[in-house]
Amino acid sequence: MIGNHWFHPALVLLLGGAVLPLVPARLKKAFLMAVPVLAFASVLVMFGMPRGEYWHVPFLKWTLLFGRVDSLSLVFAVIMSGMCGIGTLYGLHVDEDAQHIAAWTYVAGSLGAIFAGDLLTLFLFWEMMAFASVFLIWFRRQPESTAAGFRYLLVHVAGGLSLLAGIVLHVHATRSTAFAAFDVHNPGAADYLILVGFLLNAAVPPLHAWLPDAYPAGTFNGSVFLSSFTTKTAVYALCRGFAGMELLVWLGVIMSLYGVVYAIIENDIRRLFSYHIISQVGYMVAGVGIGTAMAINGACAHAFAHILYKGLLFMGGGSVLFMTGETRMSKLGGLYKKMPWAFFLTLIGGLSISAFPFFSGFVSKSMIIQAGFENHLLWAAFLLNLASIGTFYCNGLKVPYFVWFGQNKCEPATLERAKDPPWNMLAAMGIAAFFCIFLGCYTPALYNLLPYHEAAMEYHPYTSYHVSESLQLLLFTGLVFFVLVKLKKIEPHAGRNLDIDWFYRMGGRAVLWLARKPIQSIDTGVGEVYRIGGLVPLMKSALLVNRFDNGIIDGAVDGLASTVRGVGARLRFAQRGALQENLTFVFAIAAALLLGFIIFS
Amino acid sequence: MNLLRLIDFLRDHLRTVVRISIAALVFLVLLDAVPAIVDKEHAHTAAEHIPAFWSAFGLLGCLLLVIISKTFGHLFVSTREDYYDR
Repeated sequence: MIGNHWFHPALVLLLGGAVLPLVPARLKKAFLMAVPVLAFASVLVMFGMPRGEYWHVPFLKWTLLFGRVDSLSLVFAVIMSGMCGIGTLYGLHVDEDAQHIAAWTYVAGSLGAIFAGDLLTLFLFWEMMAFASVFLIWFRRQPESTAAGFRYLLVHVAGGLSLLAGIVLHVHATRSTAFAAFDVHNPGAADYLILVGFLLNAAVPPLHAWLPDAYPAGTFNGSVFLSSFTTKTAVYALCRGFAGMELLVWLGVIMSLYGVVYAIIENDIRRLFSYHIISQVGYMVAGVGIGTAMAINGACAHAFAHILYKGLLFMGGGSVLFMTGETRMSKLGGLYKKMPWAFFLTLIGGLSISAFPFFSGFVSKSMIIQAGFENHLLWAAFLLNLASIGTFYCNGLKVPYFVWFGQNKCEPATLERAKDPPWNMLAAMGIAAFFCIFLGCYTPALYNLLPYHEAAMEYHPYTSYHVSESLQLLLFTGLVFFVLVKLKKIEPHAGRNLDIDWFYRMGGRAVLWLARKPIQSIDTGVGEVYRIGGLVPLMKSALLVNRFDNGIIDGAVDGLASTVRGVGARLRFAQRGALQENLTFVFAIAAALLLGFIIFS
Repeated sequence: MNLLRLIDFLRDHLRTVVRISIAALVFLVLLDAVPAIVDKEHAHTAAEHIPAFWSAFGLLGCLLLVIISKTFGHLFVSTREDYYDR
């Protein structure tokens, strides 16, 4: 069952999380860093091992495959396990063990899905991601985080159900559980259901609203993890299953612009960054849709670069939140004197996502656009370039300017508290910033990891034309921005932008209203009919029943009731009525049962 | 702190910084028109051979995006901050 000394990096994180509460306080920080480093190392050693399949586990009449190691799974595993280390360092000073355990379990779900060779294993880890990540939102312990967490969970459960239904149909039709390319040219119901599950996690409109709803509600460090794993695991799954599906080109282009439009009018910096996840994942989805070797390379390279620079941007946003308690640009401004390093490092993230020459986005995003041009998808390529303008406008200009420069609109308390974050947060940002520049300057570091090696070696981003094209595009965007600032046309102001989540948030309220008003009055009416039409005969029959009841039933029921009360009193200590805790408890039991099932069957 | 001093230095000489930036933009457009320096063999469409095509694309594209987004927000989706808190 276990061969060739391959060890699953997800198991490293899960075991590390299980042991964490037992580690003495003085060793805690060292242990917190050791676990992700070990997980990262367990991915790195795979480069020295033969590619192939490890850890086949029999389950009922199927065989689960936990370790499919090939170039596609490796490129995602490297960056995800690496980002786990950076994210843990960023939140190193958080004392609550459960927060670290939730983050590691979430990353384990992601790594498990990436190495999964069959659809059942994929589904198992897919759900693990959803149920672990929601705690990164709940741990913020604000009323809006609790509500956003529940909405996040409900949406992901719906997506998971679609995925499961698709898997069941697919397995029934093909008699195979293997997770390989689906029929993208003649997709059936099963393929579409699976696709919907993947697209929901990739936040493709109209299935995207959970992302800008939940990510700004997470803890300062939890959102760094959130920004990296769910959507990029979905990009991996799309690369594996739906490469070359033309529908995805257009969905990708639409989402790249959709995210930009919302980001331009957004006031909260973490929600702005969230909309730019949608925009950036749009490039990757379009790349998957184009489906050529260069486009798939581009999608993978862009996911790799994106995890670093988006993590860095969320770390910048998290620093502002952690140090000032504020993330709305209408209540910030002029902070550069107080937090210059947070500004500088966030700016590097902003330049990387904008694809400036010598930053990581430049060497990854261009591959996808180039593949679009080469496949004569001219409109798609030009529209993706248009989205690039919005990317620089928001991440490279708007956020740095209105948070750290511009007019100071801080409350006195915000200004009082503002200063550069603790060393570990700056160090994590510094590491991410270093790699953003390193990948942009030394292209073989990234290109050698890509799944189509020959296509990657043939691609050269640093041509005079490409550099000139990018610099013109970006610097003239900068010109427009500063002219608009000078004209006071784009001052951030307090406000909220409604998105698709309006329908289910208001739908929920409609159900509540229905329950309160019409259903309540029907209930009252029916009660009245019963009272008049039923009461008199009822009283008579009740008298008869009463005699029977007093004599025989009471004795039995009293005995039963006292037993139930006794058991209930004991159970009451075990559960305190907190829904989140109960959910965890239920899923922990389910997971334990499943594990037992796998081991003993 | 050196980083802070650098930022303050640039802010103190804002006029010069702006002049240098504008000169750089002009220089960039001029370079784009010299085939010996910017080799347009990598261009995919005829339009891209027009000098400063991407400058114009950036300039107009940015204006277009801002106008469309602001109008869209204003007409359809922007509302008060506590909309969901009622």
